[in-house]
Amino acid sequence: MVEYAEKKIDSISFGLFSPKEIKKISVTKIITPELYDREGYPVDGGLMDIRMGVIDPGLRCKTCSQKLKECPGHFGFMDLARPVVHINYIDRILDLLRISCRDCGRFVLDDEKIQLHLKKLEVAEREKRTKDKRKIIRELVAKLKLAKKCSHCNAKQHKITLEKPSIILEDSKRLTPTEVRGRLERIPDSDIICIGMNPAVARPEWMVLNVLPVPPVTIRPSITLESGERSEDDLTHKLSDIVRINQRLFENINAGAPEIIIEDLWDLLQYHITTFFDNAVAQLPVARHRSGQPLKTLTERIKSKEGRFRHNLAGKRVNYSARTVISPDPKIKFNEVGIPKSVAMELTIPEKVTEWNIDWLKEFIKSGPTVYPGANYVIRPDGKKKKITEDIVEVLLEELQSGYIVERHLMDGDISIFNRQPSLHRMSIMAHKIRILPGRSFRLNPAVCTPYNADFDGDEMNLHIPQTEESRAEAEILMIVQQHIISPKNGMNVIGSIEDSISGIYLLTKDVEFIKSKAIQLLISIGILEKDKFSKFKDTVSGREIFSVLLPDGLDFVGKSKDGESVLIKNSLLKKGTIDNVSIGEENGALIRSIYSKYGDEVGINFMSNVFKLGIVTLLELGFTTSISDSDLPSKVLEKNRKEIESAYQKVDKLIGEHRDGKLEALPGNTVDETLEIRIVEVLNNVRNNIGKNVSVGIEEENNNSITMAKSGAKGNMLNLSMMAACVGQQSMGGNRIKGGYRGRTLSLFKKGDIRPESKGFVERGYKGGMKPTEYFFSAMTGRDALMDTALRTPKSGYLYRRLSSALQDLRIEYDGTVRDAEKTIIQFKYGDDGIDVAKSDGGSVNIKKIISQIKGK
Amino acid sequence: MADIYSKYKEELPGKIIEDVKKEAEISKLTSAEIKKVLEEVKQEYITSLISPGESVGIITAESFGEPGTQMTLNVFHMAGVAEVQVTRGLPRLIEIFDARKEPSTPSMMVYLKPEYTKDEKTIRKVASFIKQMTLQEISSEFSLNMMKATVEVTLNTKKLKDLGFKKAEIFDTLVAKLKDVNVKDCTRGFILESSKEEGDLTGLYRLKQKAKEVIVRGISGITQVLPTKKDNKYVIQCAGTNLKEVFKLKEIDPRLTTSNNLFEIASILGIEAAKQAIMNECLAVLENQGLDIDIRHVMFLSELMTHTGTVKGITRGGISGEKESVLARASFETPIKHIVDASITGEVDKIRSVIENVMINQPIPMGTGLPGLVAQIKKEKAGKKK
Repeated sequence: MVEYAEKKIDSISFGLFSPKEIKKISVTKIITPELYDREGYPVDGGLMDIRMGVIDPGLRCKTCSQKLKECPGHFGFMDLARPVVHINYIDRILDLLRISCRDCGRFVLDDEKIQLHLKKLEVAEREKRTKDKRKIIRELVAKLKLAKKCSHCNAKQHKITLEKPSIILEDSKRLTPTEVRGRLERIPDSDIICIGMNPAVARPEWMVLNVLPVPPVTIRPSITLESGERSEDDLTHKLSDIVRINQRLFENINAGAPEIIIEDLWDLLQYHITTFFDNAVAQLPVARHRSGQPLKTLTERIKSKEGRFRHNLAGKRVNYSARTVISPDPKIKFNEVGIPKSVAMELTIPEKVTEWNIDWLKEFIKSGPTVYPGANYVIRPDGKKKKITEDIVEVLLEELQSGYIVERHLMDGDISIFNRQPSLHRMSIMAHKIRILPGRSFRLNPAVCTPYNADFDGDEMNLHIPQTEESRAEAEILMIVQQHIISPKNGMNVIGSIEDSISGIYLLTKDVEFIKSKAIQLLISIGILEKDKFSKFKDTVSGREIFSVLLPDGLDFVGKSKDGESVLIKNSLLKKGTIDNVSIGEENGALIRSIYSKYGDEVGINFMSNVFKLGIVTLLELGFTTSISDSDLPSKVLEKNRKEIESAYQKVDKLIGEHRDGKLEALPGNTVDETLEIRIVEVLNNVRNNIGKNVSVGIEEENNNSITMAKSGAKGNMLNLSMMAACVGQQSMGGNRIKGGYRGRTLSLFKKGDIRPESKGFVERGYKGGMKPTEYFFSAMTGRDALMDTALRTPKSGYLYRRLSSALQDLRIEYDGTVRDAEKTIIQFKYGDDGIDVAKSDGGSVNIKKIISQIKGK
Repeated sequence: MADIYSKYKEELPGKIIEDVKKEAEISKLTSAEIKKVLEEVKQEYITSLISPGESVGIITAESFGEPGTQMTLNVFHMAGVAEVQVTRGLPRLIEIFDARKEPSTPSMMVYLKPEYTKDEKTIRKVASFIKQMTLQEISSEFSLNMMKATVEVTLNTKKLKDLGFKKAEIFDTLVAKLKDVNVKDCTRGFILESSKEEGDLTGLYRLKQKAKEVIVRGISGITQVLPTKKDNKYVIQCAGTNLKEVFKLKEIDPRLTTSNNLFEIASILGIEAAKQAIMNECLAVLENQGLDIDIRHVMFLSELMTHTGTVKGITRGGISGEKESVLARASFETPIKHIVDASITGEVDKIRSVIENVMINQPIPMGTGLPGLVAQIKKEKAGKKK
């Protein structure tokens, strides 16, 4: 049995309930605050009346005779002894009272002007200027409020004010809700359309309640505690308060109690009903539990991030999903995910029984839920779901026939959807093919960490198994990893070789040679078994030839390496140049994009997988490590750096001297003091750069793997290296040198007004050489500043993203190529003016240079 | 040559044809090769076209949202280079998308006509005419004379000389700008006397304050000027904006001069200019932060913000608050308000946008949820024919 999703709901209309309607939809009148009788059975006419729905398993609803989870619940109602205003509509009520006549109920506006106003509204409505419409209404209300006399009956109008939250005063005399309701009743339908109200769904007097709808029990279920005690929902608590007060008010009125007592009770009823709707009204005390915790009433249920809208409607919980820690496995493909057996035996794929697969599926049932690969459930065509147990295996095997569905365990090659939060872009959710692996964690290729922004310091990820044919097809065609190599952000590849594999390929294509057998062994170890390609090898094979084996046939490529050398591939042979980060790395892998656009994503992903593995096995073969001695500097360079710093200090002293003597000339737009600061910073930045240069020129490159990593772009750069080896440089906060936290100085051991480099956060030694205590302190300052910045930024940018996605989510490309929103308003006639999809482009456009060089090459 | 390209005029966007032309010239292609290139470019162009149903909005939102986490919160520029301080980074981006009426650091780039950029002196002179200068800045003393109920202004003669002021000139502006005040000339400066009968101390004090703030020269709102050279052109960077007044100066080049106040541009230069300004400001932030976001996304956002004819922010008061659907609005912010309003006006939600369909578990009208199948089913007739 397959369920097809059909569009059922066409539109939802909003409106107010009239007292009549409330009674019509209600199944019972609530008359008693009691909930259960002595046996614990819900009392008739109480708040838990089973005519309003069932929340206990086993019972049947008295109204629709359905069981728990089937019965949607039914409303009840409560006759209020005296009317009460609805707190959410208090502003509207106030407006209406102010602009309508207290005697005749008409708006204090001539009929002619009403017609004119209605016409204006109509035009605005027709032209879909909703904001203008609201403005027109606002202006009308503001104007009518000031009227002193009714234009229909000439009655004098009084001033109506609100004593918050819900007491309405007319010239300091209180208007009871009964009076308010009376006045609102008198306003004719023809007038209220002027302020945008629709009399068909909302009469003004319905905003003052004389009948209170009681929500179904199903939305306020009670929970049975371990002790067997029942704990009621907040709404039930509030409702029982209302019932109690309402009963007392009735009794007092009937008994003819003094007006004061009745008014007090009336106010109390108003309070309870107000807090029933909204428990955060500014002037009212918050209604609380006995424990002191505020009650969560209707408004609180809907509002904010944990409210109904954002928590339950815009985001939903799912079945068939798993979550566990991730760990790396460079040997699996980019588009695979390793799954522990325990997960594979819990998650299932529904497989429909046909005459062609019945024998195959029977094997799964025989294995049952405990043996892998087995099956957990069998679903009969009538929708009955049977768990496979040892007792009924035989029966199930017997009755299995076409049309049954078997929920079998996951197997290699099944499609899954893999996700890591925060899901900031579409590459945060991609489809992977499943591979069952030993262990208890999800395994993924380290190269796909980048799009997920994952690392392995304890990150967890989620896995979902699509359950229908459509969803599996969509996942496999649209969401699979190779579809997302090129980012829609800028047309660059988000997936590429990383770290060690780049180092490996760099070394391989630089100047390594292997003997033939070794070369073939390398290639076979990464799964390349094409013998005809090996036959071309001579006795010694260069690294470039080995790399060329991975290239797809007929590839021509002209590019550049990181240090500006040209890289030339002709007819799938790497003729010249070294392959590094620029060719195969993420965000700028020119070679990858070239292959991707020419051969498609299947070849592209295989090429990347192979390159990745080749890099790693090469490193294994050659050996690769990094050590402290990598940042050793020859004494000559050390001496040079020392002199550099000394001369800079002298220059700074000279500048300070000039400034003191008033000889320093101000730069345009700056004061002399600012100029001094700018000049000093300039000198100090130069020191940094010069030392960097000294290091990169003077350091021993032989056997220095740190430099290999920096040069290939695998990790780190020369600046990092020179920071370790020679000099960390100026620490800056907010673009300036460190400012004094003490009066006129950064630390108490410096003199006031000292602006020499060492007192303003210049770190003259490297990490390896070790810092002075003051230097360490300054570097800790900037470190903390950076941490604070990240911590403060995340929520800000998160909110920006939420706003953006909320505003932009409905925009799409129509079949005519225009970009429109949900109301079909045109935003752009052609997407980006040329209709190019960034994710299908090469860096955001058609790569003309590449095409020309290809055509010229032929 | 030209006709080779003209054939593709309909099939390729102009920019691509231009680029091919340029590249062809650089690599000296023969016309046969150009033909081949164009054919190849066309193929590649067609394959990279966007498909209908693509949810471009969300892609753009993601393209800005994801790098947002990488931007700095640091508002100001690096020290070192002399520059007018301008907000950059995430705060500026938020400011642009909010469409704030006033940027936190208003600034202008005033370009000059070529004839005024010959030497630095003239440029400085123009700059000094742009910067607002109050009476206070050129005076050395303001004193209250209780007896006569006057304010005595002493001018700073050295400054006057430096800036090339004439006393008579200042006198005229004072007379023009201070209404209900008698301005008298004296040797040291001016004597101001209220012509209205309010000789009390507070009135006098108020007069003093008013006099201090009289702008004797320059354009109101421009607090700092900095002449610099940018791309071989002389530019005066200004802190504070007042395009309307600046455009009145004959020395400036109105085609290049811009401000970073979006609303000012929209009101003076029109909505298309504002659209371009939003783009430029976004691109400036992205470049400053070293982020690479395709220009299509920037363009898309700026078009969305301006397509109604006024600049609208991406806030609950702007684009998000003007959606047709009640549920879409309610799910963003202030749900109660939207539901209450909807109930009174009897709004109908037609469930046409994404979020409502998510809410009621229906396929969304995007991507693969967009196409519907229309099939003609012939009842009975089909059977009869056979």
